Amino acid sequence: MGALTARFGAGLAGFFVLLVGFWLAGLVLAPNLMMIDFALRPNLLPADVGGPADVYSLDNLAYLAGEPVHRDIFFKTVWASALVMLATFVVCYPLAYWLAQTASPSAASLVVLALIVPFWINEVLRTLAWYILFAFRGPLNALLLGLGILDEPMRWYGDGGVLVGMVYAYILFMLFPIYNSIESLEKAQVEAARDLGASTWRIHTRIVIPHAKAGIATGCVFTFMLAAGSYVAPALLGAPGSRWFTQIIYNWFFEGGDWNRGAAYALVLLVLCLAVVLITLRVFRVSLTDVAK
Amino acid sequence: MTDAVALPPPATPVRTPLATRAAAAIPKILFWIYVGAFFVYLFAPLVVMSAAAFNTSRFPTLTPWLGTTTDWFAQMADDAAMWRALWTSALVALGVVAIAVPVGTAAALVLTSLHARARSVLYALMVSPLLTPGVVIGIATLVLWRQIGVGGGLLLIVLAQASFISAYVMLMVAARLQRFDRTLEEAALGLGATKLMVFRRVLLPFLRPALLAAALLATLQSVENYNTTLFVRGFETPLTVYIATKVRTGLTPAVNALALVMIAITIAGALAWEIARRLEARRAATPS
Repeated sequence: MGALTARFGAGLAGFFVLLVGFWLAGLVLAPNLMMIDFALRPNLLPADVGGPADVYSLDNLAYLAGEPVHRDIFFKTVWASALVMLATFVVCYPLAYWLAQTASPSAASLVVLALIVPFWINEVLRTLAWYILFAFRGPLNALLLGLGILDEPMRWYGDGGVLVGMVYAYILFMLFPIYNSIESLEKAQVEAARDLGASTWRIHTRIVIPHAKAGIATGCVFTFMLAAGSYVAPALLGAPGSRWFTQIIYNWFFEGGDWNRGAAYALVLLVLCLAVVLITLRVFRVSLTDVAK
Repeated sequence: MTDAVALPPPATPVRTPLATRAAAAIPKILFWIYVGAFFVYLFAPLVVMSAAAFNTSRFPTLTPWLGTTTDWFAQMADDAAMWRALWTSALVALGVVAIAVPVGTAAALVLTSLHARARSVLYALMVSPLLTPGVVIGIATLVLWRQIGVGGGLLLIVLAQASFISAYVMLMVAARLQRFDRTLEEAALGLGATKLMVFRRVLLPFLRPALLAAALLATLQSVENYNTTLFVRGFETPLTVYIATKVRTGLTPAVNALALVMIAITIAGALAWEIARRLEARRAATPS
């Protein structure tokens, strides 16, 4: 604060602190604290709020633990998000490596430009595109039938469709961090390893991946969080059997009319994502400053 | 472990047999198949969606192709609900830029004047909205404001979006601030400028490119947001919500026409952004 006043004067410094306080206290902390408060209270009629029944408890969280359908959907969301993360990594890593290490500068910048376009198109439209492509009488089935790969049309909506749509939606959150971190790797290191007889697999596992760990961690953290918190892809590309945890939360708010339970479920989702962030950063020994670049 | 052993002796300049050369080419061929598949995966959905805007079929598809038409564009342009949704999105984006750009800039400036320990704590708090799922941000905002009797609507959409878009602005401004030469400020002060004048005439002009870029990014982020908006929208229908609702209430290629227009704007924007960035990079590279 002292340094801030010395640099900008009391008036301007005060204004900056006010703005930051408004943001962090009013828009970040207070809403989350209120969500925790909601999550720990029972859902009561307005007349009973503040009455003897209005006490803190873990009932809403216990409800999630005890309701088999919701619990299964929660765990399914967790592992499916992890699967989305892994699939996105596998799809992106070779291209990121090629872009950063072997592509000529002009080819690389052209490819990056081509990648940016889908990145800027919003998630709803990107998912809508898959919705159209995956339709039962849609282009994908027509193509596969025409090529003789399928004998009868496939139902793509469901777990597979959701996975494909999510990997598509989050590809660039994985690709760009990895690309940026591989780019700073000296080409000579890879050449030296190759000259010394290392196989391609060893070059990647021993040199490139350790070097790019900050980028890989960033990509994984973002992809997992986005997948677990996704609403559009499961809503459009899912089937009744492939519900996502966010859809359950939405129903508590706008169909079930129990905001307290909805808040508890949202809290569980938040804690899950923060845990994944912290664990990933710890495992990769990466600091938060490296993540948000 | 056997890798080193399997290494052939230093090659004498003999022609390698054709089979060996073919075998060596396989990884390369596989790689290019992968690159091709990657870009088909990336663009095929967008191409299909755009092309379906020209099919007379009532459901957006390519198969069967019933005839080529541009009627869906006219129908989209006549859709009053779509224009209302666009207007709602524009109002929200304006509100978000008005909050997020000053807040994010102030945050970046406050960070620079802190010591390492306090800075890392505050920094973690500031980037935390980026690591929070969008639906949670929407829900948290919704429940807080219900306590004071404010329901979902324009105000809550703006506040909920600003809570994480401010973090993007902070990161962009902080990146630019790292290249700022503090001696310029000292020189201005030495020449008798007030602190306020130094801020307005030295620091702000330096930050201007970052502020413009941040305002553009904030607008895009705001217009394309869906997850957070869904929970705090009340009875408002911004563009993304409108599109998502259309899927359930009757999807026609008019939505594809809208998508194609948005894709075209996006491509133009991405190209303009890239060109501007390269010009900037070139200017920075050439010593003036």
